[in-house]
Amino acid sequence: MEKVKLFATWSSPFVKRIVWALKLKNVEYEIIYEDLANKSPELLKYNPIHKKVPVLVHNEIAICESLVILEYIDETWNDVCPLLPKDPLDKAKERFWAKFGDEQVLPSFFGYVMKQGKDQEESKETTLAHLKRVEQLLSEKKFLSGESFGFLDLAFGWLAENSRPLEVITGLKLLDEDSFPNLCTWKDKFLEIPAIKESWPDQETLIAKYQEIRESKGK
Amino acid sequence: MAIAQTQNITTCRSNGGGSEVVLLDFWPSMFGMRVRIALAEKGIEYEYKEQDLANKSPLLLEMNPIHKKIPVLIHNGKPINESCIIVQYIDETWNDKSPLMPSDPYVRAQARFWADYVDKKVYETSKKIWTLKGEEQEKAKKEFIEILKVMEGQIGEKPYFMGESFGYADIALVTFYSWFYTFETLGNFSIEKECPKLIAWAKRCMQRESVSKTLPDSKKIYDFFIEMKTKLDL
Repeated sequence: MEKVKLFATWSSPFVKRIVWALKLKNVEYEIIYEDLANKSPELLKYNPIHKKVPVLVHNEIAICESLVILEYIDETWNDVCPLLPKDPLDKAKERFWAKFGDEQVLPSFFGYVMKQGKDQEESKETTLAHLKRVEQLLSEKKFLSGESFGFLDLAFGWLAENSRPLEVITGLKLLDEDSFPNLCTWKDKFLEIPAIKESWPDQETLIAKYQEIRESKGK
Repeated sequence: MAIAQTQNITTCRSNGGGSEVVLLDFWPSMFGMRVRIALAEKGIEYEYKEQDLANKSPLLLEMNPIHKKIPVLIHNGKPINESCIIVQYIDETWNDKSPLMPSDPYVRAQARFWADYVDKKVYETSKKIWTLKGEEQEKAKKEFIEILKVMEGQIGEKPYFMGESFGYADIALVTFYSWFYTFETLGNFSIEKECPKLIAWAKRCMQRESVSKTLPDSKKIYDFFIEMKTKLDL
């Protein structure tokens, strides 16, 4: 019996993509929620280098860094729901865009949402430019990974999952249908995938949790 | 800026219809070197196109519109960007010899983790050594050595990062070896003194033709850096 553990937090977009991948692959696992202000000895043992979540522990061996974990999951549980394409060029493209997403799009998006005033205005331009690039990726495709969803959709899933909750909380229009018709369609399709739809926290819970954080910070 | 070629590059364009491989690169780039090592490991013939990064070519801008950076591998007209992604592409496409990735998924994940660690930590910290002065530079040096020590610890008693075979994780780091002399001279420290096992590993890698023929001479890198520093008034 394979033992799979996932060190997580409920809010991390990097964790969520692992939760989705494990669900899509029908992998049973134990989830351990960490308090990042008070990291467990286990987390520090399994990820001594970065001390971050997610960490996947499979039969007592640890894999760290979410995109590395996704590829590991895909290669290990390779009998169901392939995430990456077989063709090396298609694979290289998905890896490139996933890296771009994590290094550029995600930080600028969350930065934009969390900033105020002039800083927010500046972040907005960068974020919109990045989102335009992702919008273009969907111009001839149903999903970011092609005709069916895959690795790249999981990598950008944070955008589908968080855009409405953050719009509700901040009042900002993040993915408007006029500027990002493809992304809006993709977002709805992505959230309808059963494994995604059934994952906790769902959209309403996310809104409630973000609201709680906002109130506790006195905003 | 004089850009000197310091090694023999195989420049052989195959006839149209077959496999055509072009590399857009810049000779001192440790990222470009990774791709050159991978191509050499696989014995792939390619056309090397030196890029002027102060005056980027239309080809580079067309092939890497997002980042506008080298290296770019162009295979049958299609671009692949980001050095680690290119190395994996090379390994997966020319998969009949000299595997660069470990075969076991867990070991492969470890190799990816360490290459990612090099990307996230080594370059950014080393940049601080040559851009900062005084106390800040001292701090950067300490940080850099700590990072190298972590990797030295990972290699341990093994010949290479992941064990007996030279591969992806080694390629990710070894290209920085050509820049060590520059870092040491600017920072006035000895990497070998701090991390003798890491230097032993680097020298072991240099025994491979793919590495020794790719890495430019350390002094040439230093001369390039000084020239660049003067021009940019760093």
